[in-house]
Amino acid sequence: MDFNLTEERQMLQDSLRRFLGDKYNTENRNGFIASERGFSPDVWHELAELGMIGALFDAADGGFGGAGFDLAVLFEELGRAGAVDPLLETGVLAGGLLAALGNGVQKTLLGEVIAGSVQLALAHGEPAARYDLNFVETSAQESGDGWVLNGHKAVVLNGGAANKLIVSARSSGAVGGDDGISLFLVDAKSAGIERRSYGTLTGGHSADIRFNDCKLPADALLGQAGGALPALETAHARAILAICAEALGAMETAKDLTIEYLKTRQQFGRPIGKFQVLQHRMADVLIEIEQARSAVINAAGHLEDGDRDLHISAAKNLIGRVGRQVAEEAIQLHGGIGMTQEYDLAHFAKRIVLIDHLFGDTDHHLERFIALGAA
Amino acid sequence: MDLKFSIKEEEFRAEVRGFLDEKLPERLSEKVRLGQGLTKAEMEEWHAILNHRGWLAGNWPAQYGGAEWNAVQRHIFEEETTSAHAPRIVPFGLAMLGPVLQAFGSDAQKAHYLPRILNGDDWWCQGYSEPGAGSDLASLKTRAVREADHYIVNGQKTWTTLGQYANMIFCLVRTDTECKPQAGISFLLIDMKTPGITVRPIRLLDGSIEVNEVFFDDVKVPVENLVGEENKGWTYAKFLLTHERTNIAGVGFSNAALVALKQVARLQMSGGKPMIENPHFAARIARVEIDLMAMATTNLRVISAAARGQAPGAESSMLKVKGTVIRQEINDLTRRVMGPYAVPFTSEALEEGDNREPVGPQQAATAAPQYFNNRKLSIFGGSNEIQRTIITKAILQL
Repeated sequence: MDFNLTEERQMLQDSLRRFLGDKYNTENRNGFIASERGFSPDVWHELAELGMIGALFDAADGGFGGAGFDLAVLFEELGRAGAVDPLLETGVLAGGLLAALGNGVQKTLLGEVIAGSVQLALAHGEPAARYDLNFVETSAQESGDGWVLNGHKAVVLNGGAANKLIVSARSSGAVGGDDGISLFLVDAKSAGIERRSYGTLTGGHSADIRFNDCKLPADALLGQAGGALPALETAHARAILAICAEALGAMETAKDLTIEYLKTRQQFGRPIGKFQVLQHRMADVLIEIEQARSAVINAAGHLEDGDRDLHISAAKNLIGRVGRQVAEEAIQLHGGIGMTQEYDLAHFAKRIVLIDHLFGDTDHHLERFIALGAA
Repeated sequence: MDLKFSIKEEEFRAEVRGFLDEKLPERLSEKVRLGQGLTKAEMEEWHAILNHRGWLAGNWPAQYGGAEWNAVQRHIFEEETTSAHAPRIVPFGLAMLGPVLQAFGSDAQKAHYLPRILNGDDWWCQGYSEPGAGSDLASLKTRAVREADHYIVNGQKTWTTLGQYANMIFCLVRTDTECKPQAGISFLLIDMKTPGITVRPIRLLDGSIEVNEVFFDDVKVPVENLVGEENKGWTYAKFLLTHERTNIAGVGFSNAALVALKQVARLQMSGGKPMIENPHFAARIARVEIDLMAMATTNLRVISAAARGQAPGAESSMLKVKGTVIRQEINDLTRRVMGPYAVPFTSEALEEGDNREPVGPQQAATAAPQYFNNRKLSIFGGSNEIQRTIITKAILQL
């Protein structure tokens, strides 16, 4: 048993913390969010040069990491800094699927991903799918020696900036069935794609994407036709671990800001941190953040074993509950200033809460945890 | 990062498990499983079995007859004994007084008392709280006045757990009233058979007799029963509290209680279905299970750091709060799952040797009493409110 980071991960953590600390403050972040892509291309390229995208991938795929604790360390730092760079979307989700399913030719794209020269997005969710991974109505029909896609993908993360999309579509089976889901690697500018891009509350540009008789060559297929669900589940397990760690880092910052505020804000002639009613609420926040840290450790430690989904759902449920408490308490303990856009806390509180809306919320993962336990 | 126990630790676990299979009397484990009270003789019986194996004092150094386990080994022992429903080790002599004597006691005290603790010759209880000194322990008033080679003790202790069985009590007493409260306290060992001591049991809301009031009326205590220096008792008491707080998270107890809860929830029916399939109830169980999974890892993080020589700080207060809240939630669900059968009160079902047919399911009789009894968890050992103050004090430093 050892809860210390390896020397390599310690170095990864140190260099990323230094780099992001240098790049990010509230003014910069708000500037990045308001910019054309919703993040900074310069920061993105520097992250790539630092090897941070490579850290998401296994050595066999040209990276130097990719394990659960690599993701946990990296995303905790992204969360701590309030970074808005699309490592989750390009790296973990779409990049992870490309690494898992791509053939030799398709995988050459991974080199560009790791070098930071391409943006990816996974176009999977749909208007009626909510958080169910097997709910795919978008259709892929074989036509000649290629495919034709039709359907509507909703809130595609990084869908605004992506050069390439990985699109899920049903090539057989009924909507909601586990079999019959296929993935395609698609140029985002292909004919038959209609993209409506928009900003989000926490940075980056997402998109709703419609496929209208979008014709694809046979070699756009990623992996086996109809057999993509297990890879989607794995990619989402990794993505859930990543955003849980990100939420943990963001909670750390929200906590630090709140502690600082309790120590400096004067009311009734003393720092408000002298009031026991506030102290005890802060104590509960500190306790729950340690719970969140342990949940992330459990999820990272079990990412490759048979208990993966149980720990992933446990972590996502707990992070959702704790995150809401931490964000709400941080705003409340700050009082009025906690309500303002220009104060540092704003981004962190929003990110922590909205992470509950990605890949299944507390209720979704509680139900999944129960189902997994009963099985 | 590595969440697995080492091969050596797993071997130790197997050794403990083998021992429990062979030596833990089913008569005792069945009572523990059903939440029934154990007699003094039964507790002593289990102590003797452990002592015979050299495992009664896991935390003591070998030179005093302890097993000298590190924090991880102690954790494994705790996990295995709780999941096997072994009786818990009565902590007063072994976990609390023993380490204090080892650190601050005289050679004569060590030579006399430590073996007697292991052999079960003495049953110790703790004389800390008083009617006017609970969370504010340093305000205690029980007075010890030096007269020649004795102290004369007058005053009252309360909430003295299992004091009805004890022949010895370690007490915090006031030996100086002219200084700040913490600086006038001494640590005395007192024979309960000394004239002037009266023990009065307090019946708790679950019907049990677990704690007592202890009255001191001109009780003569030889000066050699003073531990360490006069007026340094507060230091020793704080040292003791850190020992009281090892394994404070109660992960093993909560795990065992959760397993028991799920078993009952599979049997208790509602609307023709087992309660465990009731979505609301299943959600409540799942939430506390998820909290417990995380806290078990928090606990291991603290234990692992302790095994590497780091002293836990505010973490033990965090574990105390979260650990007790989780256990109380499981107790709440265990009461709730019994439905109407939580209402009957059959005090004989809580006592030893009751063979009458239970009213309702087997564990029903103890579900509500145990829920009420375990409200104590967030009160004793420093209430959860005191712990929250400790946590924020350490971080806010205001």
